[in-house]
Amino acid sequence: MAQASGGTVLEVEGITKAFPGVVANDDVSLTLNQGEIHCLLGENGAGKSTLVNMVFGLYRPDQGTIKVRGEEVHFEDSGDAIARGIGMVHQHFQLIPVFTVAENIILGNEVTKGAFLDLDTARRQIDALAERYGLAVDPDATVGELSVGEQQRVELVKALFRDADILILDEPTAVLTPGEVDDFFEVVESLTGQGKSIIFITHKLREVLAVADRITVLRSGRVVGTTTAEGATQQSLANLMVGRDVVFRVEKAEADPGAPVIRVQGLRSQDDRGVEMVTGFDVEVRAGEIFGIAGVEGNGQRELVETICGMRPATGGRVEMLGQETTHWTPRKIHELGVAHVPENRSKHGVVAQYSIADNLVLNRYHHRRFSNLGVRNTAAINVEAEELVEQFDVRTPGVDATIDTLSGGNQQKVIVARELTGDLKALIVAQPTRGLDVGSIEFIHRKIIELRDQGVAVLLVSAELDEILSLSDRIGVLYRGRLAGTVDSAHATREELGLLMATGSSGGQS
Amino acid sequence: MNGAKHANAGIGRAASQVHRLLTEAWRLQPLYVSLYAILLSFVVGGVLISIIGVNPFTAYWALLRGMVGGGDQIAGSVARSVPFIGSALALAFAFRAGLFNIGAEGQLLAGGITAAYVGALSWMSDLPGIVAIPLILIAGTMGGAVWGGIPGVLRTKTGAHEVISTIMLNSLVLFGVRWMVNSRDPVVLRDTESTVPRTDPISDTGVLPELVDSQPVLHTGLFALLGICLVVAFVLNRTTFGFEVGTVGLNPHASHYAGINVNRVIVASMAASGAFAGLAAASEISGTNGFFQPGTFFLMGFDGIAIALLARTNPVAIIAAALLWGSMLSGAPLMQQEADVSIDVVRIIQAMVLLFVAADAIVRYLFRVREMDQSPFKATSVEGAV
Repeated sequence: MAQASGGTVLEVEGITKAFPGVVANDDVSLTLNQGEIHCLLGENGAGKSTLVNMVFGLYRPDQGTIKVRGEEVHFEDSGDAIARGIGMVHQHFQLIPVFTVAENIILGNEVTKGAFLDLDTARRQIDALAERYGLAVDPDATVGELSVGEQQRVELVKALFRDADILILDEPTAVLTPGEVDDFFEVVESLTGQGKSIIFITHKLREVLAVADRITVLRSGRVVGTTTAEGATQQSLANLMVGRDVVFRVEKAEADPGAPVIRVQGLRSQDDRGVEMVTGFDVEVRAGEIFGIAGVEGNGQRELVETICGMRPATGGRVEMLGQETTHWTPRKIHELGVAHVPENRSKHGVVAQYSIADNLVLNRYHHRRFSNLGVRNTAAINVEAEELVEQFDVRTPGVDATIDTLSGGNQQKVIVARELTGDLKALIVAQPTRGLDVGSIEFIHRKIIELRDQGVAVLLVSAELDEILSLSDRIGVLYRGRLAGTVDSAHATREELGLLMATGSSGGQS
Repeated sequence: MNGAKHANAGIGRAASQVHRLLTEAWRLQPLYVSLYAILLSFVVGGVLISIIGVNPFTAYWALLRGMVGGGDQIAGSVARSVPFIGSALALAFAFRAGLFNIGAEGQLLAGGITAAYVGALSWMSDLPGIVAIPLILIAGTMGGAVWGGIPGVLRTKTGAHEVISTIMLNSLVLFGVRWMVNSRDPVVLRDTESTVPRTDPISDTGVLPELVDSQPVLHTGLFALLGICLVVAFVLNRTTFGFEVGTVGLNPHASHYAGINVNRVIVASMAASGAFAGLAAASEISGTNGFFQPGTFFLMGFDGIAIALLARTNPVAIIAAALLWGSMLSGAPLMQQEADVSIDVVRIIQAMVLLFVAADAIVRYLFRVREMDQSPFKATSVEGAV
């Protein structure tokens, strides 16, 4: 599939971009040749979007240079990037649903005759583009009535209408059905066949190998490898993407599993846009064991956890905890049963940033008798509890009255973990418990999880860190496209086997 | 040029100095901006007054005497301010839950007409005051609560934004009560013996006792509204329910995660907000008017928005802000009489207060107030170095 490549059309050299508290891109370099599909691969938060947003003029780099066709550029905004022939199709479409296709395409770049729009000319230009690149769009259709795949084609035509030669596609397949994905790949190849160059962002390995000429893998803001599609396998890419050379071995005794505590059967649920993300998930977690769920992000992890914990409605299947069906219970009722939940999204769900550490420490039990006398808050008892937990979980803070946003990410996570891991627990559901934390905090949280397991708590661990899964879990399941692709005993699990399951959904080679 | 710059810096320094003193004197930090906004509005108002050829000091002196120049003036000012406490609480409580209730105008009408209807029921005159008065106040409170609760329910069931639905409900009740009170055929709630459109007078037993025979009358409804302010302060700061309200207002996602019933909090907060407006209206019906007229509460709900924002939604600060608001309106006629400055100038000053409070960047810039406990994102920036 390699195209007859021309010269280099885009060079990114030594780009660094920091946001408060996080270096999103650290000395990133990348080249794009004419007629090439260059895949940018990495987990969520690896810095892919930050990088392309700088190329498209939405952010300005702190350091480093961007060259377009050999010429150094300093974009003030995306208009400058468009003028240089760069087009971007965002993951979330930037279309106006009540306008027609033609109106959307010419928006901001209107074809006019005097003071009036010249929609006839625009229509002819759109038809010509559509025919040339095999992008079937009806200029007179209303965008809101189109399917997602059709809307994406409109976005592509919109970029081409602005004479883009370099196209940035941000997770273009995330919203498409498998059939649409195949159509989309045909379009992409017809584009490169006619000299367009494409940066393709994704975290789906199968797609990368299907379309990419070259692949650059980002992890934690750094380039960890650039390779050609021929030289790569799904396995090698998975290792690059999620792997870390250091394995944190956690000391733990053999598990002594008891009765089943969490039982999930055929669970289904949807994401916020109504796309089914959990597609018939089954699992059984017993008391005193840690069941780890590995998987490439975006395979339904978030929806699965939220559905089990009562935060997201199940559209099918059932959840049972401690022998009771909890499928449609509220989060509070599930929590009161003795089920704790460390959420994936710390700032959105885990804490109230403006509240004190003490108030955050009782966020899920402020209403208990201990902390509330006939509906009046017992601040003294809350503070005593907070002091105790801060001590016990080694939260580094000047005092429990300080607002939680004065703490580092690691200490905020310790507050969440302290809150969730306290009380009479029967089951624990933890999602990405150590994301973005320093080594010390990671070890501490790992130790606490194992401690609970040894006390007979059933633990369901969801993590994108394969090392974390491998070192903590007693059994490991792989989540692939919203269902359990396979279960392995952690004593016999290898990174290779898991990587392949994560990438393909089966352990027997290509699916 | 340089001189001007110098003077500017001097003013800035002086302002900083004043601000520092206030910081130490006032422990309610977020209220600086409000104090400066009031100051600034009076300065700009003074410029306006001098443009029309009147000495602003003469005008303001007359205004001040109209506000607090004697016992009668003070009583009148307080009386004028009392219902504003309720309409401001109506915004403030919902605001803590992250809701923007701009329906106090309608909630006052709903509460007022309910109170007037119950107060005029034939069997009311058989009841002693100690029963009749609370009944009227409760009726008004319930009327406001229902009218405030509806947008809450709409929000949770359909996602309709409360700003839109409260505006719509304002119109609905405004024209609804106007028709009920105006209509002669059929007679709905109109007092047919009256020449002006109004409801039947409430029973004598339902009239709140008078404190001072001022203009308007200062009556014991004052204690009801002061009391409810303290109750709201207590509920928000000390109770479990108040904690839920604040949590939903700050982070509804975390609230949902933590097991708080977000929808229940939204409906309850909206209903409570409406209840405060309804109580204010009932207290006026019972203590001041004795009957309901459609125009009685005109603009009172919208003034409540300004007062609540001026008080930064702090229930205790609302008492002070409402007193300022009411007494300015109460003192304005003397300014018109003595200095020949229209009452509308006071309205303009009040509008500017709201403008400066809402657009507090202007005030912060002019008075070099640093961002403090306003935005959590900027909170830790500069203040530590001082």
